[in-house]
Amino acid sequence: MPNLKDLKNRIASVKSTRKITKAMQMVAAAKLRRAQDAAEAARPYAERFNAVMAQLAGSVGGSDSAPKLLSGTGKDDVHLLVVMTAERGLCGGFNSSIVKLAKSHAEKLRAAGKTVKILTVGKKGREQLRRDYSDLLIGHVDLSEVKTLGYANAQDIAKDLLSRFDAGEFDVATIFFNRFQSVISQIPTAQQVIPAKFEAEEGEGDGASTLYDYEPSEEEILADLLPRGVATQIFAALLENGASEQGARMSAMDNATRNAGDMIDRLTIEYNRSRQAVITNELIEIISGAEAL
Amino acid sequence: MADNMKFDLVSPERSLVSGEASAVQIPGADGDLTVMQGHSPLITTLRPGVLTVEGPDGTTQYAVSGGFAEISAEGVSVLAERALPRDEMTQEVIEGWVTEAHEAHKKAREFNNEPGPVDDAAKLLSDMVALGTHIGLDPKQPNL
Repeated sequence: MPNLKDLKNRIASVKSTRKITKAMQMVAAAKLRRAQDAAEAARPYAERFNAVMAQLAGSVGGSDSAPKLLSGTGKDDVHLLVVMTAERGLCGGFNSSIVKLAKSHAEKLRAAGKTVKILTVGKKGREQLRRDYSDLLIGHVDLSEVKTLGYANAQDIAKDLLSRFDAGEFDVATIFFNRFQSVISQIPTAQQVIPAKFEAEEGEGDGASTLYDYEPSEEEILADLLPRGVATQIFAALLENGASEQGARMSAMDNATRNAGDMIDRLTIEYNRSRQAVITNELIEIISGAEAL
Repeated sequence: MADNMKFDLVSPERSLVSGEASAVQIPGADGDLTVMQGHSPLITTLRPGVLTVEGPDGTTQYAVSGGFAEISAEGVSVLAERALPRDEMTQEVIEGWVTEAHEAHKKAREFNNEPGPVDDAAKLLSDMVALGTHIGLDPKQPNL
């Protein structure tokens, strides 16, 4: 039986753990609200952008002069997986669910005889992937110094991707992130960004698309917008990921706080029991000592 | 006077304006254009410049750093890479933008010294400087 002092220490340490997890939960809740607002604010831009891109891609996409970013390199031998995870742990299954999805993707591609390269965003994903795929990692983007995610961060990642694409390092790029569903559910998602895919939102309005004039030419606009499209998609993914991370951390810390509470209750009962046992013991000793006289 | 049309100005990070305007002056890549109700549908890219909006509450101006504009029968949407109300354009902001454009230009010259990208970067830089001059801030043009 553990002695009283040990139990007391144990209770004190679990109590301070609970304080920490409680604080982390509240911080995550506050950050979640901000992250959700940011994701909300970015939505109109992304929606409009995609609508315009879908239209442009529809009218230019078929021709031979379509830019490589849209039509692809004509091969799909080398796949680049961009795995976006958090910089910090203690957020439940958030990081591992993304990594798991990316790994199953990588295995499928490798089984099909493709070459896989991995670019990681966020420290945690890198740590997990390094174990099995250390030879496939070609780069890492560090966001640990970033306080609030800005469009500039997405642009930097996009620039990196585009220069690798121009250098012919890969044919297809897919980003992996968690789509924010609710505080308790985040959906690991894979989204192809290069060559670009835009889902035309049909069925809205009369269906017949307006005929636009283009200034400068359609091709030039498309060439100008496609790189931005990559940045926009990455930005949207980063924001979704940010909100998901805070949501996951919040529910993980909520669980941890509750567990700590349960543990304290159990330890306190055990502590009281052994305290009583000690007292009983002492009494027995005194009584038997008195009887012996 | 002219009827009002819908006008939206959004940047990747937030939506700046969503309202009505009677005329919008857009710094297009091929030159400025003014859009009023009934303009033919048009998609144009932007160069860094000043966007002037004449609305029911008077005229407001925004500095934009590039992006594109979509003009349709319903109205105008400007999707700017970065956009700020003119009052918030300070010396530091414009210097930041110009320095960034300057860096991009330098990089373009170092890495692939081809006319295309370098010219584009140079144009971006001169547009940035012109934007600064236009709104009365001295962008301290760095030497090319």
